Amino acid sequence: MVELTSTRSNPMIDPGLHVWGWEIPVYLFLGGLVAGMMAISGYFLFTGRYKFANCACRVLPGISLVLLSLGMLALFLDLEHKLYVWRLYTTFKILSPMSWGSWILLLVYPALVANFLVSVPDFAGRRWARLRAFSDRILERHLLVRWIGAVNIVLGSLLGIYTGILLSALGARPLWSSALLGPLFLVSGLSSAAAFVHMIARDRDEREMLARADNGFLTIELVVIGLFLIGLITATEAHIRAAGLLLGGPYTAVFWVFVVGVGIVLPLVIQPLAVSHRIRHTAVAPILVIVGGLLLRIVIVYAGQASHWSPI
Amino acid sequence: MPELSRRRFLKISTGAAGLAAAGGALPRVPRLLAEPEAGEEIRTIPTFCDICFWKCGAIASVRDGRLWKIEGNPDDPLSRGRLCPRGTGGIGAHYDRDRLQAPLVRNQRRGAEEWVEVTWDEALGHVAEKMQAIKAEHGPEAVALYSHGIGGTFFKHTLKAFGSPNIAAPSFAQCRGPRDTGFLLTFGEDVGSPERTDIQNARCLVLIGSHLGENMHNTQVQEFAEAIGNDASIIVVDPRFSVAASKAQWYLPIKPGTDMALLLAWMNVLVTEELYDKEYVERYGFGFEAFRAEIASYTPEWAYPTTGIEPQTIRATAREMASRRPATLVHPGRRVVWYGDDAQRSRAIALINALLGSWGRKGGFYAPAGMDVPGYPAPPYPRSERGKVDNPGKKYPFAESALTTGIREATLTGKPYPIKGWLVYGTNLMQALPNQEETIRAIRALDLLVVVDVIPSEIAGWADVVLPESVYLERWDDLNVSWFRQPFVGLRQPVVESPADQKPNWWMARELARRLGLESYYPWKDIEEYLDVRLRGAGLSLAELKRKGIILGEKQPIYFDEGVPAEFPTPSGKIEFYSVALAEAGFDPVPRYQAPEEPPPGSFRLLYGRSPVHSFSRTQTNPLLAEMMDENELWLNADVARRYGLKSGDWVRLKNQDGVVSNRIRVKATARIRPDCVYMVHGFGHTAKGLRSAFGKGASDAQLITRYEVDPLMGATAMNLNFVTLEVEA
Amino acid sequence: MARFGMVIDTTRCVGCMDCVVACKTENDVPEGLCRDWIVEEVRGTFPDLRMEIRSERCNHCDNPPCVYCCPTGASHVEDFGKLVQIDPKLCIGCKACLAACPYDARYIHPEGYADKCTFCVHRIEKGQDPACVAVCPTHCMHFGDLDDPQSEVRRLLASRPHHALLPAAGTRPRIYFLT
Repeated sequence: MVELTSTRSNPMIDPGLHVWGWEIPVYLFLGGLVAGMMAISGYFLFTGRYKFANCACRVLPGISLVLLSLGMLALFLDLEHKLYVWRLYTTFKILSPMSWGSWILLLVYPALVANFLVSVPDFAGRRWARLRAFSDRILERHLLVRWIGAVNIVLGSLLGIYTGILLSALGARPLWSSALLGPLFLVSGLSSAAAFVHMIARDRDEREMLARADNGFLTIELVVIGLFLIGLITATEAHIRAAGLLLGGPYTAVFWVFVVGVGIVLPLVIQPLAVSHRIRHTAVAPILVIVGGLLLRIVIVYAGQASHWSPI
Repeated sequence: MPELSRRRFLKISTGAAGLAAAGGALPRVPRLLAEPEAGEEIRTIPTFCDICFWKCGAIASVRDGRLWKIEGNPDDPLSRGRLCPRGTGGIGAHYDRDRLQAPLVRNQRRGAEEWVEVTWDEALGHVAEKMQAIKAEHGPEAVALYSHGIGGTFFKHTLKAFGSPNIAAPSFAQCRGPRDTGFLLTFGEDVGSPERTDIQNARCLVLIGSHLGENMHNTQVQEFAEAIGNDASIIVVDPRFSVAASKAQWYLPIKPGTDMALLLAWMNVLVTEELYDKEYVERYGFGFEAFRAEIASYTPEWAYPTTGIEPQTIRATAREMASRRPATLVHPGRRVVWYGDDAQRSRAIALINALLGSWGRKGGFYAPAGMDVPGYPAPPYPRSERGKVDNPGKKYPFAESALTTGIREATLTGKPYPIKGWLVYGTNLMQALPNQEETIRAIRALDLLVVVDVIPSEIAGWADVVLPESVYLERWDDLNVSWFRQPFVGLRQPVVESPADQKPNWWMARELARRLGLESYYPWKDIEEYLDVRLRGAGLSLAELKRKGIILGEKQPIYFDEGVPAEFPTPSGKIEFYSVALAEAGFDPVPRYQAPEEPPPGSFRLLYGRSPVHSFSRTQTNPLLAEMMDENELWLNADVARRYGLKSGDWVRLKNQDGVVSNRIRVKATARIRPDCVYMVHGFGHTAKGLRSAFGKGASDAQLITRYEVDPLMGATAMNLNFVTLEVEA
Repeated sequence: MARFGMVIDTTRCVGCMDCVVACKTENDVPEGLCRDWIVEEVRGTFPDLRMEIRSERCNHCDNPPCVYCCPTGASHVEDFGKLVQIDPKLCIGCKACLAACPYDARYIHPEGYADKCTFCVHRIEKGQDPACVAVCPTHCMHFGDLDDPQSEVRRLLASRPHHALLPAAGTRPRIYFLT
């Protein structure tokens, strides 16, 4: 029998850590989504199949710019000392994932703009002829296009992984203390991006391809989640208790029913059926995947803050 | 709470902070500002604290005209340079948002807490007028003064000049009175405040219910820590596993109300096993054989079923105490008004100390000394023909101080003569006196109730006139010449100005005296002249005292073996193991055990105590201290809590044997208390509307103390006699 | 260069909260926030109970995760005493450091920056003890240079059993509790 009392009652700290609300999960989700979009559209650029993947290449970059900006707005809203935000850019802290992230984001924008310029969306091209012309000139230079694709793949992957490392580097919260968080967020971002294309692409082949890719990403995501949990329950007492939050504790239902069940398993039932033409492609599965991706971030961020080292 | 001043942090010189190349040079981060910036002026003013009654010497710091912090005065023998948390939080008394601002006169029925603000002239004029009216009809003795704290000195002076001898402090009949009576009857001297306990040198310290560490009498706690550091063996007897119990080698979870049985059994062991200090007892004791005969039957086996303490534990602890004598101190406690036999129980404690030979010896009880500072010459007080009202016919023959509840009784009954006016200084009678209903009835019988306070306390809520006092940091006061290990004199002087129309006690008392035609009793020009004359009479300088705050006197011998004469001002001139005086008055000459009433099934005995961050009911609106603890909790045995389906944090109300229901209070389900009692810190559950930041927080033990017993020896009101049941709040 | 730490004797500590109040007044800690706090840990069954009382605060760790995670360098280790401090003018209020600290020693100041115990650096620079150490009525708190073998803190650690908090978290805290 142990009784533990503390006189501390600091806001956001007691009775349990709650420093991050909706802003951070939203940013992590949008960041992951954009990361996936960059990687996917970058892949098509790199492999020269951009003509084939019309949606992926024409639509995603523009949407990514908007979504990323929204994500960064959420990030900015979370700051408590907003006027000093520029201080992120007067230094680089090699040990701080957030410092990495702030500089990566700075590089992501030009990469996305270049990506955007490679294949401007039709409506923009129609509107601004000069833009269209410029884009055509880039397309002529195949090597440049490949480079732009490669850069987008690399930066997209870095963006996706770093959102996980942001959390996993905070060892004080045992739930996040896993090297798999980075890959988890990356594959979740890829999955959400693929689902997005699956949902809006007009070209049937592109739709099918991304749906198949999504199934692959979802399967990997399930495996990564399994490894993540195994890693926790075979580690220290603090990690076992942290895993307990998702395995019987307060976050169990929302995690297994919504994040895993509705967000991954159900799409993995629906989408393969659609891909093998047993049912029609609809937006249902992709929406579940995308919402599931957001819920994953929410659960991980909230449950992580509830995990701690202190034995009681 | 002082407004945040970030100027120190913000004025960081940016130095060479600049952009850093990726992975390269890190910007030179400047140090946080250490020295005061230009223009930041820090003044230090010594004074002494008033949050409780210990009067620790303190040094207040004022930064740019604002009160910043308070620290202990290193020259002060009481605080030794370190204040307790209440003293450290004393700046909160100045910044308290709920403070009284201006004199108030009530314009509704008593207790409605509705007043109009008036000028000091109007307020004091009104009081003087009413006092004269009472004097004309009932005599000056019909005005009584309840006073607690050094600030009451001048009010006592005015009232005595007015012709009334009826002055009482709750500290006698509601607190430490029985202890002093018990020791007086045994050694001929009382324990005093600060207690003359040589804790720091004790090799064995026994605490009966005393929860040092939660009870934060500064010097006592400091010495307690020293004793721990010196590997003293600690024995704690308490139904609750207090902080002190956690430091003890022996923790005795005694059944409440049975301490006397344990004390008698200890005495029995010490005597039958011949472990007591024979030489000391032979030299200084009177009536030992009669005493020995009386206690012969109080064996540990006899005490076991009563107390729940096993015989081998009783023997082992008695032997431990004996092995370390004479440096074994059985602490007399402080607030000992428990079961109605408290003076006798305190006498039992005195007797054990006598058996161990600790009185007058190092590690036991020393002889304190005080600085000899003469008073300011004033005319003699008029003599009262009728005498004091509180203890008619010496009904309580061994009461050597006035009984607050005796005055209340006289107010209620009009016997031996009516009391028609109460002046109240610095004591919240509603939370201090037992059975609030009697206090209210007494107040209703008054023609005049005047309350002098710093906050709109419950008693102020019943007053006709409320006089707001400056807090201690804003005023002068009389000198502190406490008796202690070393004589000293301490000064209180203003550190900052009062924020509104509050005035110091000496000014109020003098102005009142003027309006009563008693200006001859205040011949001094101003308070500084008063202090100066007093100090010069002792060969000391006010100027020096203003600078240093404390002036120490010459060290005196404090133990018998340093030369203190081993004299005992008792009837026999010796330590009275057997008290003829008690026998002649019809009381037990040697203490006897009286079983307390048991709590009815399903109810718990209500126990109460102290928190180190609060003083009585007077600090709950101090913003700093309220932050430390803003409500009390009900300590409830964890197994009992489980049976009730309660966990820590759940709300309950308490209902006592007379049907009084408390405010809601949070449960603290803990293993640290016996199942047959509950415990809470005193001072919460405020019902005064003006105490906005404390209103309704926690529960009031005082409200539930409707049943009390009066100690037949000296009139103290025992309060551990109330039983409560739990009402679970949804 | 010195490496400051504290040694706190839990056998003498009574949990009176003097350290909490003194810190608040000395450092103008805003209402509702505290830089140090008291923890009571009770074990056993009544009446065989043991209780450890600890005055806790930022541990100024040798391996401080709050410094590593800070993207702007606001949280940093100073040369002076190797203390972990925060420069409010660099802090963006991202709260990574609050999440990084396994002791939950930090908080966000109402003005927006992260804040915590500074070991009263403004006092120790003048040769005084931190306010909490200086006020403690039981004299249970000791402050000094852990790298100086002659210092009181080192001698206490050499002669008394002690423990630090959450050693498995890998932070290498510099506050030790004597038992």
